[in-house]
Amino acid sequence: MSLVYSGVLSHAPGITGRAHLVENTEKRDEFYAALENQKSEIMDSGAEAIIVIAAEHFANFFMNNMPAYCIGIGDSYEGPIEDPKWLGIEKTKIPGAPNLAKRLTKNIMQTVDVAYSEEWKFDHGIMVPLNFLTPKYDLPVIPVNINCQGPPLTPLHRAWAFGEALRRACDEVPEKIALVGTGGISHWPATPDSGKINEPWDRVFLGHLMRNDKDALLGYSDEDTYNDAGQGGFEIRTFITAAAAAQGQGDLQFYTAEIPIFAVGCTVARFSIE
Amino acid sequence: MSLYNLQKFLYELNRNESIQENYSENIDSLIAKYSLTDEEINALKEGDIGLLYVLGVNGQILMHYAALLGIEWFDYLEMMREGVRIHGPVRDGVYAMTGGGESFTNEEKER
Repeated sequence: MSLVYSGVLSHAPGITGRAHLVENTEKRDEFYAALENQKSEIMDSGAEAIIVIAAEHFANFFMNNMPAYCIGIGDSYEGPIEDPKWLGIEKTKIPGAPNLAKRLTKNIMQTVDVAYSEEWKFDHGIMVPLNFLTPKYDLPVIPVNINCQGPPLTPLHRAWAFGEALRRACDEVPEKIALVGTGGISHWPATPDSGKINEPWDRVFLGHLMRNDKDALLGYSDEDTYNDAGQGGFEIRTFITAAAAAQGQGDLQFYTAEIPIFAVGCTVARFSIE
Repeated sequence: MSLYNLQKFLYELNRNESIQENYSENIDSLIAKYSLTDEEINALKEGDIGLLYVLGVNGQILMHYAALLGIEWFDYLEMMREGVRIHGPVRDGVYAMTGGGESFTNEEKER
């Protein structure tokens, strides 16, 4: 078994960019501590590379040629595309894992028609997780994108199948690989409603996720998600893919809706690899 | 199609530093490459976040553009609300305002 870690975490730009504006600094620092713990768990797993399953925000893909799924096979990447002062993360170069990524992609293609790219500019969706999980940018990264921005969106059952394909591919290579899904649950980011969070909806979803209840997770419609969890809720795809890859129960290590200036319910969790 | 072109321009601007370097000086020639309405052209020339929001520019594209213009976070949120007050509800896309424009953070309310 070479998938050695699977987890999820939030990625909103305010997590780094608006840290200085937060009133509830105690809760903010609890969140940062949970992320620090996640970093330690990934390091302790012996991971030689990390797959970041993200929901990018028009840094690379547009509606002229939008892949439902894409995997990065480049030598290196750059990011963030955003203004570094605004995001609170300096521009940097991030190492890729091209040989490993190509082998994974070839395997994934047995069941999922994943796109691939040797070029990839990271936005906050990947840079914020890396800022906490590999702050020295010394762990090779394999970026993965699930289109959660430009409808039509991939169905949830395909996101699950993609997770299964990732797992199979990881298990058939000798390298130790960590995987994180990064997205939001309910949130209305980049609108005047930024900061709105449907905590009850989040907690029900997280319950399904931690039980790795496939039927419940795949039971959401995009229409209901949009109405109850906002357009940001479409990013549950990344969490579902991470759960499908792990196949085991989850451990919700942190969740709070008490830092709304981060514009998302802040989440950190890991799954048992079964 | 016009909203598509408007978003395509902003997408290219947000991710391309060479375009960003020349943006303020060369905005006319840059946007001339895209088929845009007069309303869209004026919104870009004025950096009118509120109108661009109402026109339906995807929020993630608009957020990155606002950051590029150096607009502070709470000002950016207020510009979108002001756009809705002036121009009416968001006309397209999935980033519509759901309520009456109230703030959801103490930090903004107490500003």
